[in-house]
Amino acid sequence: MLQIEDLRVKLGEKIILEHIDMEIGQGETHVLFGPNGSGKTSLLMTIMGYPQYKVVRGRILFKGEDITELPMDERAQMGIGMSYQRPPTINGLKTYQMVEICAREEVDVKDLASRVNFQDFLERDINAGFSGGEIKRSELLQLMAQNPDLMLFDEPESGVDLENIALVGRTIASLLQRDNDHAVKGQKSKMQLKLERTKMGLIITHTGHILDYVTADKGQVLYDGRLSCISNPREILSCIGKDGYEECVRCIAGTS
Amino acid sequence: MHSRDELRQRAEKVREKKATLGPDIDLGQFDDAPVPHEYLADEELCQLPEEEQERLIMAGLDVTEKGRGGTFFQKDTTVIHCDTRQEGVEVLPIRKALEEHDWINEYYWKLVSVDTDKYTAAAELGLHDGYVIRALPGSKSIYPVQACLYVDKDGLQQNVHNIIIAEEDSELHVITGCSTSPHTKSGVHVGVSEFYVKKNAKLSFTMIHNWAEDMLVRPRSVGRVEEGGLFLNNYICMKPVKSLQMYPTTHLVGKDAVARFYTIIVGAPGSEYDVGGRIFLKERGDRAEIVARTISNGARIIARGHLIGEVPEVKAHLECRGLLLNGGVIHAVPELEGRVDGVEMSHEAAVGKIAQEEIQYLMSRGLSEDEATSTIVRGFLSVDIPGLPPQLKAEIDRAIEASDKDVM
Ligand SMILES: Nc1ncnc2c1ncn2[C@@H]1O[C@H](COP(=O)(O)OP(=O)(O)OP(=O)(O)O)[C@@H](O)[C@H]1O
Ligand SMILES: [Mg+2]
Repeated sequence: MLQIEDLRVKLGEKIILEHIDMEIGQGETHVLFGPNGSGKTSLLMTIMGYPQYKVVRGRILFKGEDITELPMDERAQMGIGMSYQRPPTINGLKTYQMVEICAREEVDVKDLASRVNFQDFLERDINAGFSGGEIKRSELLQLMAQNPDLMLFDEPESGVDLENIALVGRTIASLLQRDNDHAVKGQKSKMQLKLERTKMGLIITHTGHILDYVTADKGQVLYDGRLSCISNPREILSCIGKDGYEECVRCIAGTS
Repeated sequence: MHSRDELRQRAEKVREKKATLGPDIDLGQFDDAPVPHEYLADEELCQLPEEEQERLIMAGLDVTEKGRGGTFFQKDTTVIHCDTRQEGVEVLPIRKALEEHDWINEYYWKLVSVDTDKYTAAAELGLHDGYVIRALPGSKSIYPVQACLYVDKDGLQQNVHNIIIAEEDSELHVITGCSTSPHTKSGVHVGVSEFYVKKNAKLSFTMIHNWAEDMLVRPRSVGRVEEGGLFLNNYICMKPVKSLQMYPTTHLVGKDAVARFYTIIVGAPGSEYDVGGRIFLKERGDRAEIVARTISNGARIIARGHLIGEVPEVKAHLECRGLLLNGGVIHAVPELEGRVDGVEMSHEAAVGKIAQEEIQYLMSRGLSEDEATSTIVRGFLSVDIPGLPPQLKAEIDRAIEASDKDVM
């Protein structure tokens, strides 16, 4: 479980997140909406443990442990992983090597890559000249190898073409144990599956297209560094579409 | 004999002539008297002390000679092993060549001028030995020839002259290492090398240097590539040295000739490197590439590169990247000289520290900060060298891998 309590975060001298409370229970997936520059990426980076995002108030708990001061690599080892919006290129580090790093043990990199149609990129330097859509698939491939318990997705579907969006969507669903495979294989009831699910997700999306492939339990809007209260992701999406973010934050907050 | 006399006279005149680059060395402080060593048979080579074998392996010399097309091994001033295991390839000590073969005079001091500076003069006036490696016309060697110049005696001035000839349509790979024995602290290595790549021949020359903290090193080398020839010149130095200065030059004298220089240097604290490559493109269709990757751990590194396009329709690129890891200085000096219209020449140079963003990206995948740093460093040093046989690639990777501990 991830618990965030009354978080205030500074980037440089600027407060970019304020009064953030969030709770993602075991097996839950949340969706995060919000206008450009509202602090969505910042929230993910803070959870991941980027030291430039300074927590000046509140705390973050993961699996019951206070991780607010924990370095990033230890958070990764505890089971937090992130799919980035704009990851850096590392010259000379081949993509397959990066996948091996993520896995921390022997993996069949080619087999993993084939699942996101990425076999042809394994010999290329990681992120070097990758197109927007290719970056998404590369990030998913790394998460597949890492297999963390809490996955943070920063706009996983933006810039992905119509053919690949289904692939990306299904891959995320599978990572979060929300795909049909999980349902069919076990012959279990939906309720049972839900109870057994362990993976947690936090997905940033502008368009909500990802919701066509991944069912999400809850949604929130981040506006100007503050979170709205919780609602159904589809409802939020249509509210944003109709009335805009600002109105929507007020309306959701008002009705709760 | 006449020509040797003339060479000597020219050398005499520049005995004291300082080099244009690099700190001056007082050669008078070093001893260049011959140091005799026993010749070693194949089995004896394998019985060298383990510590010594390790040093040799680091410089690319495998005493078992497995996967090698021939071996040349010079300890101090004396050749202690020299053989060929491959048809079409000749390996012989240069003194022997000068005594027994007339043809060597067509190559000896024909590219490097004996009166360049006091180091070339010393190489002629006090020549100890060196190797001649020659691939006969049309011969394609699969295994690299290994050559090692080893300094065992403390305070020695080692004077070496090497000649490598890839005859028409031949393919030759050479891995050459220079190393000091574990107890050697100081000395001077003067090494003249001349490379002849004839029509449609392919030569790869990979040099790994493994010096000691107080070694002074002054290589002087020039290459000449004829029509359709390919010259790959790789240089790797991951160990400390007091001062290394070299500026190997290659002339592409035939159409469609290609030269590629790759330099990888990890500079230890207190070490001083002034290295570079210069390539003249003299005929249409010539191509040249100079790539340098340098890391400073508190060293002073000057990385030069100079491309000269003398005719149209040539293509040349220079890439010089430096990483400052623990202080020190990296000074990149890229030079492009187009002498006519229609040359296509470019360069990119970058000097900086490791990007924090890259370290953090790797840390978020579970690597510690140190692991992340060494992963990035290894990536930085791993340049793809097209045309290099996998064996030699593995040799370079091993050198990089082994230096990892020193870098951190
Ligand atoms: N390095 C930085 N220096 C200064 N301000 C920054 C820096 N990084 C982010 N910010 C600012 O912090 C705020 C939040 O940025 P963040 O990237 O979290 O937004 P976002 O909600 O993810 O936006 P988008 O939808 O465009 O991705 C923005 O105003 C942004 O300009
Ligand atoms: Mg963002």
